Amino acid sequence: MAVTDNNAGGLRRDERMERWKLFGLSSPALLIVLVILVIPTGWLFYVSFIGADGSFSMENYERMIKRKSYARIFQTTFEVSLLTTGLCILIGYPLAYFMSQLPTRWANLCLITVLLPFWTSLLVRTYAWLVLLQKRGLVNDWAIGLGLWDEPIKMVHNLTGTLIGMVHIMLPFLILPVYGAMRAIDRDYMKAASNLGASPSRAFWTVFLPLSTPGLFAGALMVFILCLGFFVTPAVLGGGKVILVSMKIVSNIELFVNWGAASALGVVLLVLTVAVLWIASRFIRLEQMTGGGGH
Amino acid sequence: MTNTSQDALPITVRNVTKTYGKVFALDDVSLDVKSGEFLTLLGPSGSGKTTLLMVLAGFTRPDQGSLKFGDAEMIRKPPHLRDVGMVFQNYALFPHMTVAGNVAYPLRLRKVAKAEMDARVEKALETVQLGGFGDRQIDQLSGGQKQRVALARSIVFEPRILLMDEPLSALDKKLRDRMQIELRHLHEQLGMTTVYVTHDQREALTMSDRIAVVNFGRIMQLATPQQLYEQPENKFVADFIGDSTFLDVTRDGDALVAAGVALKTTRPIPDTPELSLMLRPERVSLLDGDAGGSNVFDATVTELVYQGESFLLYARLADGTELAVRGAMRAGTFQTLPGVGDTVKLTLDPADTVIIAGGET
Repeated sequence: MAVTDNNAGGLRRDERMERWKLFGLSSPALLIVLVILVIPTGWLFYVSFIGADGSFSMENYERMIKRKSYARIFQTTFEVSLLTTGLCILIGYPLAYFMSQLPTRWANLCLITVLLPFWTSLLVRTYAWLVLLQKRGLVNDWAIGLGLWDEPIKMVHNLTGTLIGMVHIMLPFLILPVYGAMRAIDRDYMKAASNLGASPSRAFWTVFLPLSTPGLFAGALMVFILCLGFFVTPAVLGGGKVILVSMKIVSNIELFVNWGAASALGVVLLVLTVAVLWIASRFIRLEQMTGGGGH
Repeated sequence: MTNTSQDALPITVRNVTKTYGKVFALDDVSLDVKSGEFLTLLGPSGSGKTTLLMVLAGFTRPDQGSLKFGDAEMIRKPPHLRDVGMVFQNYALFPHMTVAGNVAYPLRLRKVAKAEMDARVEKALETVQLGGFGDRQIDQLSGGQKQRVALARSIVFEPRILLMDEPLSALDKKLRDRMQIELRHLHEQLGMTTVYVTHDQREALTMSDRIAVVNFGRIMQLATPQQLYEQPENKFVADFIGDSTFLDVTRDGDALVAAGVALKTTRPIPDTPELSLMLRPERVSLLDGDAGGSNVFDATVTELVYQGESFLLYARLADGTELAVRGAMRAGTFQTLPGVGDTVKLTLDPADTVIIAGGET
C-alpha cells in the first residue's frame, strides 16, 4: 500500500524511456547525415591517398607541393574570392542600407527583386553575361554607341568577366544577412545618437555601422566560402584564363581521369575552408550566418 | 556648444501645429515652460503628448509654429544641434558600447579631453548611483540600472533642457515609485528645465511642478498638481485625473441643484450655461445615522469591496446615477459598513463640492 520510494523508481524509468524515444525519432536524420555527409567525405579522404598504381601513397599531396602551378591556382582562388567578397560588400552594403530605411512594403518589394535571380538557373544567368559582355555584345555595342569607348573591350574570358559574373551570383548572399542585421537596429539608437550631438554621418559611423557589422561579417564570410569552391560561373566567364581549384579538380577527372589527384585537391580545399571558418569563428558567432540568434 | 552659463533655459512653444493627413496630432499648441521647471505632459495614448516632445527634441517636423529655447529659435534646427538631453522610453543604450562608453559618447562628440571626460563620466554615474559600473556591458544591467545609465548619458554633457519620454514605464511598480522620488531629487539638484511625458496621472502628480494635460492635440489645462486635482477646468481633465462621477447641475434662480439636492459650496462657480458636479470617491462620505450634514444624497448600496487599506462602496442615487465612496479602514471598520441593498445617506463637504463647466470639451 505505502509507496516506499515515493515514485522515484518509476519517474527514473519514465525519464529513460523518454530519452530512448527521442533518440529513436532523431535516428533517421542521423542516418541521412551519415550516408550523404560522413561516408562520402571519408571516401574522399581515402581516395586522395591512392596513387596512380592503385596502392596507398602520398604522391597526390607531394605533387601539389612540388609543382608551382598548384600554389598559383590556390593563390588565384583566394584572390578571386577576396575580390568578389570585397566588390559584394561595396555594392551590397549600401543597397542593404537603402532597403533597410524604406517602409516595410517597399523594402519587401526590393527584397523580392534581390531574390529573383535565385529562382532563375545559374547556368542561364552565367551565359546571359557571356552574351552581354562579349566583343559584339550588348554592353560593348551600347558603350561604343554612346561614345564611352571606341574599340570593343574584352570583358569575358578574363578576370573582369569572372568577377562580374561571380559578384552578380553572390550578391544576394551578402545582402540578406546585412539587411537582416540592419532591420534589427532599433531606430531609437540613431535618434539617441543624434540627440546626444552626432551629425547624421557621425551617427552612422559610430552607431549604425558597428551594429550592422555582425551581419556584414556573416554575409562576407558566406560569400567568401562559397567563392572558394565556385565552379560554373568562373569556368564559363573565365574561359580558361582564370583557373580556380574547382576547375583543376574537374580537369583532373575529365582530362586525366586521376581521381586521387582530384580528391587530394578536394581535401585541401576542404581543410582550407574549415580553417577560414575556424579563424572567423574567433571573431563572430557563426550562428549568424544561418540567421539564428544574436542581435 | 558648451555654454559658459549653467543656467537653465525657458522653453517657448507658439502656435505649433502638426497634422498627419487630416488628423491633428498637435492643434495650434502654445506653451511656456519656465526656466528650471519640471513640467509634465500628461495624456492618454494618441493625445499628442509624445508628438510635442518629439517636436522639442527635433525628431518631428511640425507644419508650422515657433519653438524657442531661451531667445534662440529652434524650430528648424536639426536634433544634433539642439543640445538637449533626452531619455528614451526603451532607454536606447548603444549595445556595442560599455556603460562608460555610452555615457562618454556625447562628450567624445564634443571633443572633451580624455582626463576630464573620465572624471565627468564617473561623476554622472555617481549621480545616478551607479559609481564603478563603467566597465559593465549593457546587456548585463537590470531594467532599473539601464534607466539610470540612460539618465546619466543625458545629463553628462550638462544640457540646459532635459526631455523624458515615459522613462519609467518599463519598470515594475516598486522601482517606479522609488525612481519617481529619485528623479525629483535629481531635478532639484541639477535644476535643468525638464519636460516629462507620461500617461500615468499618479506619476505626474508626484513629480511635477506643473502639469499640462493633453488631449486631441491640445492642452486641456496647464496647472500645478493641486490646482489640477482640486479645480479641474473641464470635464476631460476632471475625468482623466482621479476617478470621478459627474452629476448635471441645474440653476434654480441663484441656487444650484443636482439630483434634487440644493448644493452648498465654497468653491468658485464657472460662468457657463452648463454645469456639472464632480464627485471624487474619497471626498464623498457616509453620513452616520441621524447626524445632520450639507449636500446629503439618498442612495442604495449596490456593491461593497474590501481593498485592504480602504473600502470602496458603490451606491445608486434615486435618478439612477451610480457613484463610488472610498473610505479609510481600520480593524473592525468593514463590519460596521452597510450591506448591499441598504439605504444610505451620502454627504459632501461644501469645501469639496467642486462645480465645473459641464458638457464635453
